[in-house]
Amino acid sequence: MPNPREIRRRIRGVSNMSQITRAMEMVAASKMRRAQERVTSGRPYADRLRAVLGDLASLQLDPEQLREFPLLAEREVHKSALLLITPDRGLSGALNANLLRRATHYLREEAPGGEPEIIAVGKRGRDFMLRTRQHVVAEFIQLGDRPSLDDIRPVAQVAIDEFLAGRVDAVHMIYPQFVNTLTQRPELVQILPIERPEGSGERMDYIFEPDEKAVLGGILPRYVEIQIYQAVLDTVASFYSAQMVAMRNATDNAKELVDDLSLSLNKARQAQITNEVAEISAGANAFRVD
Amino acid sequence: MASLTVEIVTGERVVYRADDVSMVVAPGADGTLGILPHHAALISLLSYGELRIKRGGQEESLVVFGGFIEVAHDNVVILADSAERATEIDLERAEDARHRAETALSQRREDTQSIVEAEAALRRAAIRLRVGRRRRGGHGAPQPVTNEP
Repeated sequence: MPNPREIRRRIRGVSNMSQITRAMEMVAASKMRRAQERVTSGRPYADRLRAVLGDLASLQLDPEQLREFPLLAEREVHKSALLLITPDRGLSGALNANLLRRATHYLREEAPGGEPEIIAVGKRGRDFMLRTRQHVVAEFIQLGDRPSLDDIRPVAQVAIDEFLAGRVDAVHMIYPQFVNTLTQRPELVQILPIERPEGSGERMDYIFEPDEKAVLGGILPRYVEIQIYQAVLDTVASFYSAQMVAMRNATDNAKELVDDLSLSLNKARQAQITNEVAEISAGANAFRVD
Repeated sequence: MASLTVEIVTGERVVYRADDVSMVVAPGADGTLGILPHHAALISLLSYGELRIKRGGQEESLVVFGGFIEVAHDNVVILADSAERATEIDLERAEDARHRAETALSQRREDTQSIVEAEAALRRAAIRLRVGRRRRGGHGAPQPVTNEP
């Protein structure tokens, strides 16, 4: 039976920790709400852009014309790039581990051709890739909780440059898709070449200004940007959700631990008292003169 | 009477949405576009400039910086790279930005990239100032108090 003073010290330690995890839980909860709002407020643009691109794609079927839009052009993949989006920080349960496992699986099994280039967004992914000696060509860290589209444009630019320069033949992205507060799923999507979304099926005779080429040429890079931007927003929302849940679990565990420890403390204290009483009565007995 | 449904969105938020608009005047890449109900289907690039929306006898001004406009079946969707309502323009910030851009340009650096950026910044600042000041000056149509849908 450990002594009561030892147990008291542990109870104090555990309950101090639970105060910290509770505070972190509440901070994460409020940041999560805002991050979720940002995910939703960016969606209309992405949906609209996808719809316009879909409508355009159904018009553009001539392979000759397609050649003028290298971002759409599929080619044999000798080498790919992985755009890995992770949070900068941990203390978020299994979120990072799941993402990195997904990325490792991609590198080992799915990456077409030779060793892929890595474009890392977020510290966790970058550190992991450097530690495992991958070929990191660009890194973007500490974009913060409220990244703007302007913050993301350079990321898209690197991906587009690598693709257009022919250094890679495809760009894939892995990011934690925000499903809901309890679920974040590592998702793999192809960024380049752009997979054309389905059109509405309705053929519209659009007037294009200045012309079809200029419009499609303008939409394509923005489509890449917005896909990455949405993924980054998802990452922020996923991170705070995962952190909130992890911290809530930690707080609950701490409470359970404190309960267990209090029980042992009481037992130990009672044992001590019983012991003392036994000793005193034994002592008294020894002096008794019958 | 037929009317237009107008939605102005950027990657970050929905800037404007209304469904009883009588006319939209947008800064197209090939010149100003005036859009009335029953307009033919159109997709155009946008340049930097002022976007005016007429709705219920009142006119609201916005600034847009690049992007697209799509018109189909009296739905006008503006996918702007960046957009602000005139009432949201921060004149002081725009003035600062203009000053910075002018200073950068007057230094005549060799670096073309920074010249291009400074020129773009100057254009944005000038448009913000023009649109923002006219609103302050009380010139033109009175500003609607709110245009929320």
